[in-house]
Parts: sequence; structure tokens; C-alpha cells
Amino acid sequence: MTREMGQAALDILPALVFAGGAILLIFYVMFVPRALQVWSALGATVVLAVAGFASGWYLGRAPNITFFGTFAADRTWLWGTLIIVVVTLLTVALSVDWFRSDPRQGEYYVLLLLSALGAVLLAGAVDLMELIVAMLLSSVTGYTLTAFHRRSRAATEAGMKYYLLGALANGAMVYGVALLFGLAGGTSFADLRSGLVDADSTALIVGFAMVAIGVAFKLGAVPAHQWMPDVAQGAPAPASAFLLVAGKVGALIVLMRLVAVLPESAVGWRPLIAVIAALTMTLGNLAALWQDDVRRMLGWSSVSQTGYGLLAIVAFGRSDLAVPSLLFFLAAYAMGNMAAFGVVVKLRGLTDRESFRGLGSTHPWLMGALVVSFLSFIGIPPLGGFAAKLLLMGAVIDSGYAWLAVLTVINSAISLFYYARVMGPAYFDSADEPRPLMGSLASWAVGVAVVAVVAIGVAAQPLAAAWQALSPLTG
Amino acid sequence: MLTLAIFVPLLVAMITLAIPRRHEHLARPLAIWTSFIPLVVVAISWKRFEFGTGFQLVESLTWIPSLGISYKVGVDGLSLPLVALTAVLFTASMVFPFDDRGKPRPYYATFLFLEAISLGVFLSLDLILFFVFWDLSLVGMYFLIGVWGHGNAQRSALKFFLYTLLGSLALLLGILGIYLYTNPRTFDMVEIIRTNPVPAGGLAATLIFVALGIGFAVKTPLVPFHTWLPPAHVDAPAPASTILAGVLLKMGTYGFIRISLQMLPETFQRFALPLGVIAVVSILYGALVAMAQTNLKRLVAYTSVNHMGYVILGIAAAGALGVGSEASRSIAMTGAVVEMVAHGLITGALFLVSGSILARGETYELDQYGGLASRAPRLAGITMLAAFASLGLPGLAGFVAEFQIFAGTLGVFPWLAAIGLLGIVITAALFLRMIQQVFLGDLPARWDGWPDLRKAEMYALVPLMALVVVIGVTPSWLVRVINTLSQVVARG
Repeated sequence: MTREMGQAALDILPALVFAGGAILLIFYVMFVPRALQVWSALGATVVLAVAGFASGWYLGRAPNITFFGTFAADRTWLWGTLIIVVVTLLTVALSVDWFRSDPRQGEYYVLLLLSALGAVLLAGAVDLMELIVAMLLSSVTGYTLTAFHRRSRAATEAGMKYYLLGALANGAMVYGVALLFGLAGGTSFADLRSGLVDADSTALIVGFAMVAIGVAFKLGAVPAHQWMPDVAQGAPAPASAFLLVAGKVGALIVLMRLVAVLPESAVGWRPLIAVIAALTMTLGNLAALWQDDVRRMLGWSSVSQTGYGLLAIVAFGRSDLAVPSLLFFLAAYAMGNMAAFGVVVKLRGLTDRESFRGLGSTHPWLMGALVVSFLSFIGIPPLGGFAAKLLLMGAVIDSGYAWLAVLTVINSAISLFYYARVMGPAYFDSADEPRPLMGSLASWAVGVAVVAVVAIGVAAQPLAAAWQALSPLTG
Repeated sequence: MLTLAIFVPLLVAMITLAIPRRHEHLARPLAIWTSFIPLVVVAISWKRFEFGTGFQLVESLTWIPSLGISYKVGVDGLSLPLVALTAVLFTASMVFPFDDRGKPRPYYATFLFLEAISLGVFLSLDLILFFVFWDLSLVGMYFLIGVWGHGNAQRSALKFFLYTLLGSLALLLGILGIYLYTNPRTFDMVEIIRTNPVPAGGLAATLIFVALGIGFAVKTPLVPFHTWLPPAHVDAPAPASTILAGVLLKMGTYGFIRISLQMLPETFQRFALPLGVIAVVSILYGALVAMAQTNLKRLVAYTSVNHMGYVILGIAAAGALGVGSEASRSIAMTGAVVEMVAHGLITGALFLVSGSILARGETYELDQYGGLASRAPRLAGITMLAAFASLGLPGLAGFVAEFQIFAGTLGVFPWLAAIGLLGIVITAALFLRMIQQVFLGDLPARWDGWPDLRKAEMYALVPLMALVVVIGVTPSWLVRVINTLSQVVARG
């Protein structure tokens, strides 16, 4: 037993680094004086760097189902982890100056690590109980991060809304898990695969739908998407950047693993996800259209991006482009989002559309970063967002869902409108006074994210080669 | 070598942005001299062009082999003339004096960027590479109109971007559709043209054809996808209008030939007649609406819709395999490509001229002018020459093109050709009326001090008009190159 335990722990080492690092950091935060709290950011950075190295190193290992059948230590998980690591690192860089004067900043970094751990565990989960644990860890930390500025009304309101919706969605998920457990006689995805074959189809559909609500919440997909604009607008800007992205990485990967074990004849999950994708992208875009608050607009656009990401799930198992398209989407979207929110952070949380007017004349580099991230969201080549959309649309056309590709096209054109509402006045008009800026670490984060957005599109070959032959394990 | 034509302007565009502010007056000469590099590349390519078939001077590099994407450029009888047109028009529009509103560095950087991108569209032999350049041309033009346009520039820029983006995304769907039929999967255009992987006759082929068609029709533009064009032209700065009409519109017609026709020949054949009908509608609609304009730039913009209709009519006739003789189809195709070049030069010149008129008179309204011929003989001379070329006067480039289009189409779709000819009559009337309104009659007293074209304006305009005359008088050097394509297409 202990030997098995040791082996299992070794298999999921990259995840354990997050957990161990977070615990060490808690002790640091508890016992050092206020003046030294600011160094907890460095501690988080070290933890993330180690986790990143471990994940990269583990890419060479043979993939296996481990931890007593609950965890898929495969390359899809590792790539997901790597994306989360990079996102969290950039978040830390954006946070340092934002929280510099906050006496509780140490706790923030601990929460960030734990939230990242939740997402990492989601990406590897092949067991319903594991799914619940990961989902709750990721959510609970999310509520706290959102409301971290206790005295800000916007933040507490966003945190409360996020929590209420989350409690409901996670409750539904737990109920659904119970149903599926009852039907299959086990909670691992392997049990589901064998146990659900002859299951009563109504109960199966209800069970899956309730689990799907939980996943949809994490993704920001219809019908549990409403928290995204609130969090984008109300949470501390670096935390918004993180929360919009990290959960999506984990949730999309676990959703892919989950649908793979469902009997397709009994549960028409493919059309169901297709409809959710269609609703999510359209609703997100329409809601973003007239937003005058840039962060809220980014939140709604993030909802629409979730819709695009779901195309990969629709195509899973039918097109060999599905898995690469998912990872390209996650990487490109994550980096684009970090760049856009990075600009907001650099401008000290500036969020009114009017106050971006003339940004191009006062801060040309930030303007450039904003333009690159927006164009990537729209899907303009040769940026990362284009590579992602190209593959996503290719995957759904290949799977017989060409209408989804057409809808993606229409939505992408609509999205240009609201990005241009910010981009146009910012670039075409001029302003006299430079805005107050955040320190230089934020610039570095923005710079890295922008370079990554470009590189994912232009230098796509290494990624395409690595992701082409991936097949996520499903237990 | 062809790669240099794309990447040297791109590189210099970045350098232009990095020029220190106190030396910013260097941006203009730097950009102009850089634009001669593509011209030299074109000249060498033209000299080395071999009159066989297929693509020449091909340069390729692996890019994303896992997805069948490569960097591949080359020329043939279709792209070489268009690359030459692009290089000429960009140099002319940069030479043309323009008030850059105190932002010379971004202005000339954007122009060089757009030149590199436009050359890239015509030179690409990989569908993704093609699409990258295609989409970036929208971004470049969006910023050009938005920053340096006048009137309601931001709105027009956005409308242009929205419409053409929707078109280009439809195009992307079509490209993906073709890609999914290739085996092994590739975006290599040469390979796709050789193998025509999409099975003819099926629903898939029809959908792909329609998606591509929408993409190209928006860009060309064909009625009813043309509504973005007039506001974009009216509010764009004159040199940008020249590029928009002279180069960007050609991307649409180029796509119809290179992708719709060459990659889906059987499907194209099925749709040749409907496409021809749409072309004739564009011809007549463009001409009639142009007739009704009181705004000089709107008028020229609508004649573009009319002229691009001729091009599409020629292409439709050329692709109607099995109808008419091979010779007719070949002539129609040659006419269509010559028309692309001729329209680029003529309309490019007309838009520059309207920029000169706006700079002096501050309005495009025709009824504000009159009798300018007496004050500005050079301006009048060049405008009249361009107008006559545009309405198809023999001895000028437009005639060579339109004669061949209609001669060819008569042998394929006689009725369409007959109706389309009406367009020429209408454009003749509207250009004559325009000349009469602006240059003849009484000179309003306030234009007494109207200055004629300056040297820098002449440097930009004279070469364009010289080419119009040369093509009109001795078209064989151009037609011979284009024929290498026409024969292949007409044979099917």
C-alpha cells in the first residue's frame, strides 16, 4: 500500500508541488512580519517555476491512469498544467504592485496557488469524486480571490454573486454525480464507461446534465455564465485575469474526458454541447456589444470565447483536429486574456471606455499590446487566436457540425464591433495627459503575454507537432 | 527574390516607426526609396518569366508542416501583372504629396506594411499564407482610413473592417472546406490546383464554392455586397483610396480566378452563368448609381463597382467550360486580367486626382466646380485622359481590356455581353458629364487662384497615365504574359 502510494504521488508530482508549495507559503505568511510579506510573491514564483519544470520534465514520461484510478497523468494534463503555470506566473507578476500595500497580500498568493491547484486537478480528473474536489477547491478559492478587497463594494458584490451561482451549480453537480454513481456503480470514468452502457437513459441524461451545469459554471458557459462579467469587473484586476482563464483550462479538459466515456447513443451529448456552444458564443458577444466598461466587456467576451472553446469538445472523437484545437485555443485565449488584463492592470485598473481614448498617443506600447490581444481574440492571422479558430472550425466542419463554424464566423465578425469600440477611439483620437501607471513588473507580464500571443500563431510548429498526436486518457 | 519584395518593405516599415522624432521627415524618402525594391523585383521577374505554364520563381520554406502549412511564393501569368500593378501603385501613392497630419512615421510605416501585405496576397502559393496576408490587408486599411481619413472616418473604417472581415471569414470557411478534402492534408495551392481534391457535384463543393464566393464578392465588390465601398472611399485619404481601388479590390477578383476557378473548376462551371448575371447586375447598377452621384469620389467609387463587374463577367465566361469555344473563353480571361491592371492604373489615378481637387477646393461636390481647365491645364489633361481611359476610348488601356472581355463573352454568353455593353454607354455619359461640370463652363470667381498640379503630384500621376497609354497602344507585352494563364484556364 505505501509503495503504491509513493508511486501514485510520484505520478502526480507536478500537482503536489502546488499543494506543498501552498502549505509552505501559508507558514511563511503566518510567521513573518508585515514588511516581509511582499516576498511571498517570490515564494509563489518559485513554487510555480518548480511546478513548471516538473511538468515539462514529465512530458517525457509514459502517460498512465494513476492515484487509484482517479487521475490521468497524461500529456494533455501536463500541457494544461503548463498553461495554468504560465497564467499564474503572469498573474503574480501583475499582482505584486497591485497588492504591494495590502497587509494581507501573503494570503492572496496562497489562495492563488490553491486555486491554480484546483484547475490543475480538474485537468487530470478521471473520477467524479476527484472532479468534485477539484471543482470545489477551484471555486472556493475563486470566491475569496474575487472579494479580496473587502472594502470594495464592487468586489464584494461580485464575490457574493459568484458564490451564490457557484453554490447552486456545484450543488447541482454533486447531485448529478450521485445519480451517475448510482447508475454506474462506481465513480471513476472507467466505471462510467462500463457501467452506463445499459443504464436508464432518462436518469443518465439528468445526471449528465447536472454535472454539465457544474462544468459550465467553471467554464462560464450558458446557463451558468453570469459570474464572468461580474468577476471581470469587480475582482482585483490581476485576479480577474486569472479567474477567467485558469478554470477554463481545467474544465474544458475534464469535460473532454467525461464526454468520451458516455454512451453516445443514450446521451446525445454532442448536439447538447453544440447548442451550449452556440448559445454561449452568441450570448457573450451580444452582451459585450454595448458595454462601456472595458473590464465588463472583456468578461462578456470571455463568455463568448468559452463558446468557441466548446467546439473542440463537439468535435472530440470525430476529428483528429479536436485535441490540438483545444490546446491551441486554451493557450492563445489564456495569453490574449493576460495581455488585455495586463494592460488594464498597468493602467491601474482603468476600466471606463472613455478613459482609454487617446491611449495610442500617450502610451503607444500599451496600445499595441491591447490591439494585438484584441485582434487575436477576433482571430486575425498570424496571431495565436487565428491558429485556434482555424483549428476549431476545421475540427467542427470535419465532424459534421459546419453550422457551428458558420456561427463562429458570424460571431467573430460581431466581436470586431465591440473591440473596435475600444480600439478605435483609443488609437484614432489623441489625448494630452499620460495615465498613472503601475510598476515595471506589469510591463514585463504584458510583454511576455503579447510575445506569446504572436508566437503561438507564427511559431506554431513545435506546438502543433506536440499536440497533434495527443489523445487524452479517459480511465 | 520574390520574398525580398515582401519582407524588405515589412522590415523598413518597422524601422520607419523607430526613427527618432527629430528625424521624422526622413520617413517619407525612406518609404519611397524602399518601394522601388519591389519594382526592381518585378522588373527582374518579368525579364526572367518563361512562357510556359505553371508557377515560376517559386521559393518555399516549411512553416507548420504538422498542419500542411508552408511558406511558399511564386508567380504565374495571373499574379505577375498584379504584383507589378501593386508595386507601381504603391510607389505612386507614396510619391503623391499628402498631409500626414504630423504623423509621418506611422503613415509611411502603415503604407509599407500594406505594400508588403498586398504583394504577399498575390505571391502566396499556400492558402494559409494567402489568408494571413488577405486578413492583414484589412487591418492595415482600417488604420489608414481611421487615422488619416476625413469626414466620418472612424465609422467608415469600422464599416469597411466589419464587412470585409465577415467576407474574409467566409473565405476561411471555404479554405478549410478544401483543406479537409486534401489527402495528405495540405494548404499548398499548387498541389490543390493540380489535384482539385473537392469531389465535384456534391453539396460540399457547392457550400465551399458559395463560402469562397461570398468572401471574394465582398472584397471585389459585387452587388449586393458592395455597400461598404462608397463610404470607405469617400472618407479615405486619396492615396489610401488608390490602394483600396487599385490593389485591394483586385484581391477579390484574383481569388475568384486563383481559388474558385482553378481549385473548383467543375463547380465553377455550374455557377458560371449565375455569376455572369451578378456581374452584369453589378455593371449596370454601378454605372447607373455612379450616374446619379454629385460627389466626385462617390462617383469614381461606383464606377469601380461597374468596372469590377466587367472583370467578373470575363472570369465567368472564361470558367464556363463546355460553353462557347476555347478561344472565346481564353480571350475573356485575358480581358479580365488586363481590366484588373487597367482599372488599377486608371482608377488609382482618378482617386489621386480627386485628392488633388479636395486639397485645393476642400469639397468633392461637383457643382462647386467649373471651368478649371483654363486655370489648371495639367490637372484637366490628366483627369480627362484617365476618364477617357475609364470609359473605354480606343488607344488606351481600358479599351484593350473591355474589348477582349466583350469579344470573349459574346462567344460564351452572348446575351449577357449584349446587356453588359450598356454599362459602357452609361459610363461614357457620366464621365463626359463629370468633365464638363468640373473643367468646362464658367470658372467660379473663388477659384481664380486655383493652382495647377505640382511637380510631386505629376511624378505620381504621369507614370500611371504613361502606362495606360502604353498598354493601350502596344498591349502585347502584357497580353503575352497573361495568355499563359488564359490558355490553361480555357482548356479546363
